[in-house]
Amino acid sequence: MKTAGCDIGSRTAKAVIFENNTIVSSAVIPAKLDPVESSETVIQMALDHAKLKMENIDTIVGTGYGQQEIPFAHRLESEIVCHAKGAWWNIPSARMIIDIGGQDSKAIKIDQNGRVIRYTYNDKCASGTGRFLEIMADALHVELNEMGKIGKTFKEKLNISNQCVIFAETEVVSLINEEKEVADILNALHISLANRVASLARSLTIEQDIIMTGGVAKNIGVFDALSDGIGFPVKGLDGIDPQINGALGAAIIASEG
Amino acid sequence: MSIAAGVDVGSLSTKAVIIKSNKIIGFAIIKSGPKPVESANKVMEQLLNQTGIVQNDIKRAVGTGYGREKITFIDNAISEISCHAKGAQFFVSSARTIIDIGGQDCKVIKLDQDGNIIKFITNDKCASGTGRFLDVMAQVMNIDVSELGKLSQKSTKPISFASICTVWAQADVIKHINSRRPAEDICAGINAAMANRVSMMTNAIKVEKDICMTGGVAKNQGVVKALSSILGCKIKRIKKADPQLIGAIGAALFAQEKI
Repeated sequence: MKTAGCDIGSRTAKAVIFENNTIVSSAVIPAKLDPVESSETVIQMALDHAKLKMENIDTIVGTGYGQQEIPFAHRLESEIVCHAKGAWWNIPSARMIIDIGGQDSKAIKIDQNGRVIRYTYNDKCASGTGRFLEIMADALHVELNEMGKIGKTFKEKLNISNQCVIFAETEVVSLINEEKEVADILNALHISLANRVASLARSLTIEQDIIMTGGVAKNIGVFDALSDGIGFPVKGLDGIDPQINGALGAAIIASEG
Repeated sequence: MSIAAGVDVGSLSTKAVIIKSNKIIGFAIIKSGPKPVESANKVMEQLLNQTGIVQNDIKRAVGTGYGREKITFIDNAISEISCHAKGAQFFVSSARTIIDIGGQDCKVIKLDQDGNIIKFITNDKCASGTGRFLDVMAQVMNIDVSELGKLSQKSTKPISFASICTVWAQADVIKHINSRRPAEDICAGINAAMANRVSMMTNAIKVEKDICMTGGVAKNQGVVKALSSILGCKIKRIKKADPQLIGAIGAALFAQEKI
């Protein structure tokens, strides 16, 4: 049986094709204005990678904030359940998933069977989401996907005292004016973002293994700082792009019938 | 001559007032620089030049605002909370709640009839509900922040925001601009969102009448109206002075008392 998962997020759209308990192909694209177009483009891309056609797929599960708009989805499932499923499938010892997306962050606790026990999330405040990094990348004139690497070369430990994205941005501008190094500012920003998400996660009792997913998990600075913020080691997915985790979970759920 | 001065060094603007026998004889407002001491010196120099008063004529000066401790020419420093309460009650003696919205913070202060502070609550952690929120929105709208109030008065269908976060609201505003919603409806939505956020604070402190609004944002009629309707009672405006000066006036009144 061939299945697919399609995750329409606020910033990116993801699709995964799944067969015989393995990932056949996947695709990630920046979200378009029209979520219908996003979903059609991203699934076609994943199908092309796998040299398959839409009619070859038995079941497709949709997820993400734009899930209602996916015209070809047979079923829909919440991001929480999909993220839990994807991470647990990849790392069965996972008991907690911390997902930082483009416009939200979530902490999810699961049992040994990958079922969601409890979760908490923030989509009310831009602080603690991927948007925080996007705004800071702009302010510092660095590429979003370079931030982690550059931040790792820091020398001086700086502190960003504001959690609010707006106020933190002003703080960054003053640090630039004080001629502080970009790497040092980035390192401080990564710690600040990680601490914000860590406090969200700590509102649930922490249980290991802790897996970080979502696009922000690709930022090595935030990833490492999250372990420090939580006080326990955080793991990444094993050999899988953390950004496709939601779509992967959806594809697995589709395969379970 | 019993001349007293008050200086209020805020995050975005620095204000100074000179009073004599309860009358304002001069005031100045400048943009705050990075160093509070320099801002305080600059605003005072400007005010002295304007009024022709020399520093020696000032019998006593009080400083307030976030940079107050660093001002060199004052006799003592008093918190903004006390100064805003003092200044507001000077103009509206029946005031029991003061809502002060500054450039980067918001305070709600409860007073008794003698002007004693019973309770207060501050937000300086989140840009939403502060002057900064309006600054960000005005910038996106490509208008001066002072126009937000006037424009919103013409609105027939105010837009509504899904989130109070300045970042998310900013994205919403851009979306509405692109879909060609009338500017007045967007402005009205911005002012209503601002009032909503502030009302979250007033709810936490249980406001009492009369309510008086101070700080730069009090100049925005749209916010004042929206907040009045949420609170279910009219917010008293200070007519005899610029609401942005109330902290500095309070400081000057404190100085005058000790001469």
